[in-house]
Amino acid sequence: MQTVFQKPSALTDAPMHYCPGCTHGIVHRLVAQALEELGVEGRAVGVASVGCSVMCYDYFTCDMVQAPHGRAQAVATGLKRAKPENIIFTYQGDGDLAAIGTAETVHAATRGENITVIFINNAIYGMTGGQMAPTSLPGQITQTTPYGRDTNSAGYPVKVCEMLSTLDGVALAQRVTVNNVKNVNIARKAIKKAFQNQLDGKGYSIVEVLSTCPTNWGLSPIEALGWLEENMLPYYPLGVYKDVEGGVKK
Amino acid sequence: MKDLNILFAGFGGQGVLFAGKVAAYAGLIENKEISWLPSYGPEMRGGTANCSVCISDNPIGSPLVTNPNVLVVMNLPSLDKFIDTVEPGGTVIIDSALIHKKVERTDLNVHYVPSSSLAEENGLKGLSNMILVGKLFHEVCAAPGDYQFSTPETLDQALQKCIPPRKAGMLDFNRKAISLGAQA
Amino acid sequence: MKVLMKGNEALAEAAIRAGCRHFFGYPITPQTELAAYMSKRMPKIGGTYLQAESEIAAVNMVLGASAAGVRAMTSSSSPGISLKGEGISYMAGSDLPALIINVQRGGPGLGGIQPSQADYWQATKATGHGDFQILVLAPSTVQEMVDLVSDAFDLADQYRMPAMILADGMLGQMMEPVSLPEEAGAAPAQKDWAACGHGGKRPHNIVNSLYLTPDKLEELVKERFARYEQIKQHEQRAEEYLADDADVVVVAYGASSRVARGAVNKAREMGIKAGLVRPITLWPFPADALNRAASHAKNLLVVEMSMGQMIDDVKLAINCQKPVHFCGRTGGMIPTPAQVLEQIQALA
Repeated sequence: MQTVFQKPSALTDAPMHYCPGCTHGIVHRLVAQALEELGVEGRAVGVASVGCSVMCYDYFTCDMVQAPHGRAQAVATGLKRAKPENIIFTYQGDGDLAAIGTAETVHAATRGENITVIFINNAIYGMTGGQMAPTSLPGQITQTTPYGRDTNSAGYPVKVCEMLSTLDGVALAQRVTVNNVKNVNIARKAIKKAFQNQLDGKGYSIVEVLSTCPTNWGLSPIEALGWLEENMLPYYPLGVYKDVEGGVKK
Repeated sequence: MKDLNILFAGFGGQGVLFAGKVAAYAGLIENKEISWLPSYGPEMRGGTANCSVCISDNPIGSPLVTNPNVLVVMNLPSLDKFIDTVEPGGTVIIDSALIHKKVERTDLNVHYVPSSSLAEENGLKGLSNMILVGKLFHEVCAAPGDYQFSTPETLDQALQKCIPPRKAGMLDFNRKAISLGAQA
Repeated sequence: MKVLMKGNEALAEAAIRAGCRHFFGYPITPQTELAAYMSKRMPKIGGTYLQAESEIAAVNMVLGASAAGVRAMTSSSSPGISLKGEGISYMAGSDLPALIINVQRGGPGLGGIQPSQADYWQATKATGHGDFQILVLAPSTVQEMVDLVSDAFDLADQYRMPAMILADGMLGQMMEPVSLPEEAGAAPAQKDWAACGHGGKRPHNIVNSLYLTPDKLEELVKERFARYEQIKQHEQRAEEYLADDADVVVVAYGASSRVARGAVNKAREMGIKAGLVRPITLWPFPADALNRAASHAKNLLVVEMSMGQMIDDVKLAINCQKPVHFCGRTGGMIPTPAQVLEQIQALA
């Protein structure tokens, strides 16, 4: 029998704890696939952040470190500076990367830290049960914005790729999504490139993946994909925000 | 020797910390127990600055000199602040070109050295501190008595230790300042 | 020949000679010379000096570097150590070695910048949340700062936990003669738990402090506490000075022990049987030395640059069998030998 599709070797057999319809699973696969295709799983070290993906250390076969909330890119900096030959990536949600960890994110980026950042933006806090995220949309109803996100009081969403693309240390900032096959393929290439950049010593590379959270959005998986398309894509346009061909390292 | 506790005091920028360091190094070269403790913080940038130097045959307890045997003082606020803390019988060395006040206490050996004008006149701008160090060693550290621990040669070695190679050109100016102080 | 070095710089050079090549810091008075020294030396020896965006980031960079298996350190002063508390707790929970240096200043809040010992409770009881301890070493001279740095790294590696050197502004800023150890030769042994890439040769390592199953978490904490018991048995350190026949036993560490020693010497000259017990390890607390000295003492006098923090551990160590008195200054004030002597006289 011919194998036409299989799980990447860089994923363990542990059953994932993610909710049905959550797109973490797809992104995990794309990350694992990149590690496998580039042949770097044996020298990769992933940094799990706090949030729904906190236990991703059980899902990737490479060495893993679990970081304090928001500190993934500081931990990644330590890992990379200690062993520059290793391939270091962080896997972070919107609360971790763009709220409590904003300083760590901005400064890892501005240093041009030669790491790969996978950023899951699903516009909500999943792990704690659906509170407002820094990326929740204006008017979005969450547990802590029961009347909708009021921008007068709660302010506006953080547009991470737009913000980081202003920094000289960033080699790659690209926003993708995984709502259909075409976009999954674009995301796959972007994630692989973010790792390839690190291998090439180009500097800080971030891929923002617009994701769904059916459970906390209160929608079915199919409806959630629709909500993402109707609400998130207009606010967070997909695309390459920055791509420095020669990298940012002199 | 008896335990020698020296307090160098003046404005930030007058070189009180460096003066203390040279004295401390002389102690080190003579195999004495020594400590050097600066005041630090905002006062380093223009306010009053001081530094405590302890030199002894025994391990140094508190490195903070609260009752000096010797006070080397380079500005009036420091003289006013510390003059009453000097041990009876102690020595006070004063830059009398900057401090016009006379010491009222009669139980102290006071030396008035117009070090800042001497420095100016001899092309040794900024080395008023080392003129006072010259006086300090001439009167106390290298002079026969309870507190003698050093010789003029040791002081010169200490100076060489304290001046970094990139400033080697300053060595002779410092030597000149020290000898001016010794003669003052 | 010995060299004259500032405490802060001596700590840095000693760390380099103990094989540390990864320093992550953030400026704060009165420890900044340490970071500045590292920024000068590390690039010349192929090491990492990184000025982080905050103390929080710095300690988490240490976490990352330590997780990769190298010797890593950070340094700060009191307010900055509060920020590092999070990372210290995570490192304790992940069984990671690291060196953290606290050159204490007065608090609370921004407090002051003068020497203080007001972080004793923080260091020994609560650097961060959760059930854990860190090793705490308290030098009292610049030479001892040098000596304790390599010990701290070794103990941290041996017991897989963070170690702190609890110094203060006086020790950090003062210069004393030091003899520096030879440069450490080979790098420390490979750490088989490190997340440094498995190279296909072993199952993946996970450095983690999250255990959602309570019985698993309890088991791990208990395992850690069993290790702490070993440490209490084997690693207590104190200096006992004229303590074996002392009627008044003064207990002080770090800078205040220098003041206390001066007072004890003066008391002896006056014919008073005074002695000093100087804890070198604050955790584990040197209960054995305390009990030896307390067994024949009439009174104990604890001297601290705080409102009285270590005094609790002294009372606990001797089970309150002898009266324990206190002499202290706070806010950056340093007690004088005369002040301590006066209390010794009153208690003799």
